[in-house]
Amino acid sequence: MNQENKDCYVVDGKLALPYQYFAGRTGSRFLISLRDKKKIFGVKCNKCDKVFVPPRQTCERCFENISNNWVELSDTGEIVNFSVVRYEGKHLPRKPPFVLALIKLGGADTPMTHIVEGIEPEKVEVGMKVKATFSDEPTNTILDLDHFEPV
Amino acid sequence: MNKKHKKNRNVAIIGVGQTVYSSHREDVNQPEMIHEAVSLALKDAGLTMDDIDCVVHGNMELFEMVHQPDMWHTIGDGAYGKSAFRLTTGGTTGATLVSAADNLVASGMYDVVMAVGFEKLQEGHTTGGITNMADPLWTRHLQTGALTGATASYMIQEFGEERAKRAAMKHRIDMDKHAVLNPNSHRSFGLDYDQMDDLIKNSPQLAGELRLIHMCSQSDGACVVIMASEEKAKKLSNKPVWIRDHITIHREENFSTMFTYDMDERDPTTHRVAAERLFERNGIKDPVEYFNVFEMYDPSSWWGLDWLRDFFLLEGDEVLTMVESDDFKIGGKIPVNPSGGVTSANPIGATAMIRVAEAALQVRGDAGGHQVPGEVNHALASGFGGTYWTVLFMLEKNLDWQKGEQ
Repeated sequence: MNQENKDCYVVDGKLALPYQYFAGRTGSRFLISLRDKKKIFGVKCNKCDKVFVPPRQTCERCFENISNNWVELSDTGEIVNFSVVRYEGKHLPRKPPFVLALIKLGGADTPMTHIVEGIEPEKVEVGMKVKATFSDEPTNTILDLDHFEPV
Repeated sequence: MNKKHKKNRNVAIIGVGQTVYSSHREDVNQPEMIHEAVSLALKDAGLTMDDIDCVVHGNMELFEMVHQPDMWHTIGDGAYGKSAFRLTTGGTTGATLVSAADNLVASGMYDVVMAVGFEKLQEGHTTGGITNMADPLWTRHLQTGALTGATASYMIQEFGEERAKRAAMKHRIDMDKHAVLNPNSHRSFGLDYDQMDDLIKNSPQLAGELRLIHMCSQSDGACVVIMASEEKAKKLSNKPVWIRDHITIHREENFSTMFTYDMDERDPTTHRVAAERLFERNGIKDPVEYFNVFEMYDPSSWWGLDWLRDFFLLEGDEVLTMVESDDFKIGGKIPVNPSGGVTSANPIGATAMIRVAEAALQVRGDAGGHQVPGEVNHALASGFGGTYWTVLFMLEKNLDWQKGEQ
């Protein structure tokens, strides 16, 4: 096998491409509330009786426009599932080991993914109550909600 | 929701070609690697490129950092001067290519269509590509890419730590034992069951209880499937394998709602919905009984174990009992992934097509060392993509299922 690769040349390259992503009105409103008021909002589909967070313009299921049905959510929620991330990667938000959890906020039907800190990873449990910690400096991203900590 | 699907005309798989799957292919560039699989498929079908009316080509976006690969692969796939389409639907790409080719032939637009799926994961940055499928606003900063410990966590909650972990590892070793029999496998370790306790404890943890040994590899390779109309297939092939039906269940890309919207009332997965609808409209009451083999897109052993419940419509702990009873092994009640499956080779844009191709080889009796014993009349093959979507195929040796329909 190695013999077959003798004198086979490999060209190295690297791409680093900037991009923009336009958040749209619905996404922007969520981020502005998060940044300026430290409040978390979801949108409710009345037809499906589901509250989505993060918000979206249309319900995936029934395709109704739900972007004006804002509902304020609690900044406290319950861990419905989690992983202790143990491998290192540039795309990861923290150095391993750290906890990524699915957190269902009070008033929401969809869990949202976020970091859980302030507890040993080994001690995190499903059903644990956690509270949002907001970032000190605005980032204008979902990371204005910096992480969650056990209540 | 389950509209009656009736093909305009029957379509058969008449040729299959696969490269060897491996971590490095420095000896060939992309079109050269594709050319290997194309040549093998043409040889298998006894055709030349003159017989091919249309080429459908696909792989993962961003993975090799190549724009318009279908264009520069023309010298490898022979599409010069022909109709050609490019499709990319994430992990399901390979199965979507076969779906599309089947539709193109069934429609009457083309008589013979060649589907080409490839990936050279070694050339690009897989995690870079995969993490870019996450929404830049909500989850791009808060995800682990393809690695998720969530299913392990759910199964451990449901069945208890000891039994769930042992079943996942048993399944992993079963798949490796199949992979050893397949000369195209990228990874075949020669694992044995006495290593189970050691692997459960000591294989490095990636995310939660998802360990390195459970996870698929990054592979290089290409797969080609040639499909023809009934009239052509009967003329050209001694062993046509009929594409009875296929279904695609799509959904939003969303990492947070990947497993469900509502944790108290978990929704059926796209796999379960696909299986229920496909079997219902084809009158399949008991898939374990009906099918003789299943080639499943199983990116990790935890997912493989969990998803078998959905595809076979199993309830409670049936799946665990079946793994424990060797039901999914070659020679078992319903062999799963005699090829070794995705944990043995994962050239992603080809992976879901390899499932269909391997299922077709089983129906023909041409799978070589990993051929399952006994007659294979009915085969199932699945594709999986992203944060859960599904393509599911039913293949048949004979056209006799249609008697009841007419």
